[in-house]
Amino acid sequence: MPSDKTISEKIFSEKSGIDANAGDIVIAKIDQIALQDGTAPLAIKQVKELNIEIKAAKLTHFFVDHAAPSPRKELSNDQKMIKDFAESVGADFSPPGEGIIHQLMVEKFVNPGELVVGADSHTCTYGGLGAFATGMGSTDIAVAVVLGKNWFRVPESFKINVEGTFPEGVYPKDLILSIIGKLGVDGATYKALEFDGGAIKTMHIDGRLTMANMAIECGAKAGLFMSDKVTRNYLIERGREDRFRELKGDENAEYEKTLEFEAGDLEPMVAKPHNVDNISPVTQVEGTTVEQVFIGTCTNGRLSDLEVASRLLKGNRVKTRLIVAPASREIYLDALDAGYLKTIVEAGGLITPPGCACCVGIHMGVLADGEACISTANRNFKGRMGNPDAEIYLASPATAAVSAIKGRISDPREFL
Amino acid sequence: MGKSWKFGDDIDTDVIIQGKYLVINEPEELAKHVFENLRPEFAAGVKEGDFVVAGENFGCGSSREHAPIALKASGIEAVIAKSYARIFFRNAINIGLRLVECEEVDSIQDGDELKADYENGVIINKTQDRTYGIKKFPDFLSKIIEKGGLVEFGKELYSQC
Repeated sequence: MPSDKTISEKIFSEKSGIDANAGDIVIAKIDQIALQDGTAPLAIKQVKELNIEIKAAKLTHFFVDHAAPSPRKELSNDQKMIKDFAESVGADFSPPGEGIIHQLMVEKFVNPGELVVGADSHTCTYGGLGAFATGMGSTDIAVAVVLGKNWFRVPESFKINVEGTFPEGVYPKDLILSIIGKLGVDGATYKALEFDGGAIKTMHIDGRLTMANMAIECGAKAGLFMSDKVTRNYLIERGREDRFRELKGDENAEYEKTLEFEAGDLEPMVAKPHNVDNISPVTQVEGTTVEQVFIGTCTNGRLSDLEVASRLLKGNRVKTRLIVAPASREIYLDALDAGYLKTIVEAGGLITPPGCACCVGIHMGVLADGEACISTANRNFKGRMGNPDAEIYLASPATAAVSAIKGRISDPREFL
Repeated sequence: MGKSWKFGDDIDTDVIIQGKYLVINEPEELAKHVFENLRPEFAAGVKEGDFVVAGENFGCGSSREHAPIALKASGIEAVIAKSYARIFFRNAINIGLRLVECEEVDSIQDGDELKADYENGVIINKTQDRTYGIKKFPDFLSKIIEKGGLVEFGKELYSQC
């Protein structure tokens, strides 16, 4: 009789056909595969190197989002090659302007209980829907594309239990930054985070995706949420109700560690340069001058993020450059309809095409020497936004928006 | 035998190879930009058989396989670190960059002359006349390493399914 299981153990048992427990190495069947323009060329090269029949083309989705639209002929050539390859094998292809890989995978393809791999470290985002999703390198992804399978070590799990309700001005981003601050950038290496508790059960899908997205920033292999009525409602909205299934960790499943958080005790947080675990309450860095504010990315470029930002910006004029990137075409359209983008542009912001925009520093929004940016992204590594002599602070869309108004890092609670 | 290039903890893949070079897929070209911001002298100064020595969580961050590819093409014999980030670890094994897990890297200094003896599971520090034990990988991983990476292993897996 199999014992009580974590979400990870349940999914790997199903996908490998054996009773899988933490620590086991299994060969598992993969449900979906995602690749982006930065890492796909190498994966395609390795697929060709493998030189065997491609079994999982129909499960494979290519996205152009990292440099969309392309700023250089070399990238244009890569993007053309990706498109040609996708078409030649019958895989799905998403051109520039559709949006970020992780937002589109969630909007269109991923379902609870699935095993998904992506050639991008933030593939863990889909844990927000109760899928075991993890980032891999190009060779691993090539093997997945060809075989529809790969090998996995079933991770041990940490339970992150969050009770209570969020104070005004405090968001899931502040919670995940607090969690990473506590665990450290390698505190959960090889592990899966499993979120639970009252504050998690009532959290909307956008918030769950923000938190799952950043699981990798403490080294985790996946960040998993239960699949529950919130998930079901989201799938109904997306026309995939038939793909809903309930999923949660068993009561007596084995967790290597349990961390307790009280949402009511949280405050707005920032990650200071140059590591994501360099966390402090916004009150400690209040007043720090910033020249650029960036709201967007697979972490915080969703409709609810743009709503918060536009609400705070309304009637104000920004003192910094403000760059806003909707995470997908659909979010762009919804934010247009709702008037959020008009408010942002009136406040002095600029809107980029849906995509990764300035997050990876390869095609726009590169900082000058000595400049600082407060960003809603997930990484503040030295040079991440294209200039090693610039500084990046990470925060919620609310903190980012009010910092744009003030021209220095500010506490959103003062604006509520 | 080669020289040690010493780094700290949490060396991320953006530091190993910047995002702007992801457009490059030729290993030798990538190797020209390894550690460009952190140690600009590395790419030109590194010699065949040298070692990159680092602390905890080497290779954290982006899943870019360009990072281990660039390191391998730089000519280093191996990375020696206390621990590795998960995706980098898999990527390195998959493309055949040798990784060594060693608890005692703190005592290795930048520029020390090192020699690896994998058969006996030790790193020899000629400069300090010391040897360090290295951690053994699980058998499953050793099999992939023996095959020379995941591509060959994948072909074998294919024949079984």
